[in-house]
Amino acid sequence: MSDTGAWGSPAATGNPATTARAAAWRFLLQRASAAVLALCVVVHLVTMVYAVRHGLSSEAIVARMNANPAWPAFYGLFVVAAAIHAPLGLRTVVDEWLGLQGGVIDAALGLFALLLLGSGLYAVHALTR
Amino acid sequence: MMDRRAPALAAQLAGRARRNDARARSHPGYWAFLVHRLSGIALAVFLPIHFLVLAQALAHPASLDAFLDWTRQPAVKLAETLLVLALAAHLGGGVRLLFVEFAGWRAEWQKTALALVAAGALAVALLFALAA
Repeated sequence: MSDTGAWGSPAATGNPATTARAAAWRFLLQRASAAVLALCVVVHLVTMVYAVRHGLSSEAIVARMNANPAWPAFYGLFVVAAAIHAPLGLRTVVDEWLGLQGGVIDAALGLFALLLLGSGLYAVHALTR
Repeated sequence: MMDRRAPALAAQLAGRARRNDARARSHPGYWAFLVHRLSGIALAVFLPIHFLVLAQALAHPASLDAFLDWTRQPAVKLAETLLVLALAAHLGGGVRLLFVEFAGWRAEWQKTALALVAAGALAVALLFALAA
């Protein structure tokens, strides 16, 4: 467990004010993305049960996606929120359970965020006609 | 109020906190923490795979359908149901945390809140399992 707490930062080399500001931004981004995700996940769970009941096929997925332009917009927002939320969550886990923190970890998590964002938006694009 | 024993007492308490002993683990809040963490890790691992499979629809709709056929095996359905359970539990636990942090939900309601989250998550997973 790090001495700086869940939202603490390496701080070994950084300017304390900058480090504190970054930690505050991570805290805020994690909660804001959580609030967006809470609404998205409720919609996703309902859609999932509906979709599974009515037969899952690529045709059905594409048809549902294109029934209304609000769906691609919704999934785009969902992807962006998840790409923010998951890496920040993993950052806390890696810090608290593995004791790992610092520039290399942050760079790896940044790449993970880009992977989620890229593959997620590509998937939304792939299903939108 | 400080007396001579204060530093020793503080050190002893700090030592206890670091050991994170069995009393802390018998608290429902600890189990809520563990469920939130493990479900979060599972979802973070699943997410890129989920996106990459869906992205297949662009290049090869047939391969997406082949994959969907593969998911009709009972073992895969069980894994899917566990993922839905993880998602619902992470959702419920996360909403509870937001209310604790921003709406000042009080400590004495937390056992009830946790029980409701657990029941809700199980209900959603069951609904999915029955639909699938």
